[in-house]
Amino acid sequence: MINTSITIGQYIPGDSIIHRADPRTKILLSIAFMVVIFLVNSFWTFTAMALFVLLTVIISGVPVKYTLRGLKPIMFIIIFTAVINIFTTGGTPISQTVPFKYITWEGIILALRLAIRLALIIISGSLLTFTTTPILLTDGIEKLLSPFRKIGLPAHELAMMMSIALRFIPTLLEETDKIMKAQAARGADFDTGNLIQRAKSFVPVLVPLFVSAFRRADELATAMEARCYRGGTGRTRLRSLEFTDADVRIAVVTFIFFTGLLLLEYL
Amino acid sequence: MSIIAENLTYIYMPGTPFERAALRDINLKIDEGEFVGIIGHTGSGKSTLIQHFNGLLKPTEGRVVINGMDTTGKELKELRRLVGIVFQYPEHQLFEETVYKDIAFGLRKQDLTEEEAREEILKAVEVVGLNEDILEKSPFELSGGQKRRVAIAGVLVMKPSILILDEPTAGLDPRGRDEIFGFITRIHKEMGITVILVSHSMEDIARLVDRVIVMNEGTIEMDGRIEEVFADIGRLESIGLSAPQVAYLMKRLKTICPGINEKVYTVSAARDELLKHLKGKGA
Repeated sequence: MINTSITIGQYIPGDSIIHRADPRTKILLSIAFMVVIFLVNSFWTFTAMALFVLLTVIISGVPVKYTLRGLKPIMFIIIFTAVINIFTTGGTPISQTVPFKYITWEGIILALRLAIRLALIIISGSLLTFTTTPILLTDGIEKLLSPFRKIGLPAHELAMMMSIALRFIPTLLEETDKIMKAQAARGADFDTGNLIQRAKSFVPVLVPLFVSAFRRADELATAMEARCYRGGTGRTRLRSLEFTDADVRIAVVTFIFFTGLLLLEYL
Repeated sequence: MSIIAENLTYIYMPGTPFERAALRDINLKIDEGEFVGIIGHTGSGKSTLIQHFNGLLKPTEGRVVINGMDTTGKELKELRRLVGIVFQYPEHQLFEETVYKDIAFGLRKQDLTEEEAREEILKAVEVVGLNEDILEKSPFELSGGQKRRVAIAGVLVMKPSILILDEPTAGLDPRGRDEIFGFITRIHKEMGITVILVSHSMEDIARLVDRVIVMNEGTIEMDGRIEEVFADIGRLESIGLSAPQVAYLMKRLKTICPGINEKVYTVSAARDELLKHLKGKGA
């Protein structure tokens, strides 16, 4: 019912160079991407960034259509911010007649830029989770955050929380689906009525969902303790992260590309 | 009240890398008053199939008609009242403050007075063998077996004409299992309700149902009376299933005393057959 529209956070098995790269490389480059996308402004650099994302998607082997599907849930936010921008930005109106005099050329351009930026960030962000297993992802985050342990940041605990959260997204979605079906079979109706009625109709779903989430948390805690889990200190890993040739190649190519773009933009 | 499926195909998550045909070209007719068992390996499409019978899932191709109503039609509400589904571990769907309110959930959308509703709820509670004094308790303080009966009562209260149960006794002790099957058989006989039972237990299937549908990889592998289906042990084993244990015993006994009829599939029928055989020898 619902789990077909939420794609972010899902891992799609594959064997591309992007799948094989170290999670730290991918996380750092994704952050770099987010910074660069807010630094570029001109039409050509935007096009280059979009092509860059498209190329990465193609190399990763994830179907392009599938990555676009991840945009659906945030379409509302994109359109909403775009509309606000169109009407609130000062500048030259596109016409002097009434509805159009509130719309400025500057507003339209700003709105377009913002929409493209948000869309590209979502696509590149979901590509990160499409090509990295949740365990590798949190291992990478833990490694990247570990220098901050010196100032009291609980890196291991944060990473463990994240990996548990990520691990349970599909489980809880499945559970929601199951409970919704069970209640629908008993005559529950989630699709009609006004906003308040609809919100109320989710009580029969949310209560069992919370009950089962607590039950699962309990079971997981017991299972972890039964295997002598005692937090991060002194813990070793079955597979330790290592940078390889692939990481060097990806990092160098991306670095040259980003620097080139920024030079073009600001020189 | 019949169920008809014609060329039913269901594709799971179409257009994604996880696309998979869960059901392939299913043709099926279940008549009013039948007691049908569905068996099959995990992932064989049993659960997907039963969810088509009340319109929770819509066919990707083909159609499902319940009592003349196409499941893609407008009468979804009526359809869901007529076809009651008890899912696996139904106690996980309880949510109300009291047992009474939880059972009443399905009745809310029907135009019943307070008294009529109360009467239906009391009847449902009696059918599943629960005591009236639990009605004002919270469902969360009941035992596992009691919770499950409350959940089943919540489906029965809508007076379905077709009752579908997906592993209704999973995780229960033998006594709880016998009690649940006891009242299911009773309502099937007394009210003439069509019952579809999904189960992994060949013993339960052999003991309870008249007709078995065997699912394998999204298709119907076998469909027939108990004796017909369980006679072909080789075919059942080739798709990862088995016949009831007593069938294997009878087969072995047949090699010792060729006179017995090995085509019995319940313990009580086997007992009768052996007694008959022994008496025949003694005389």
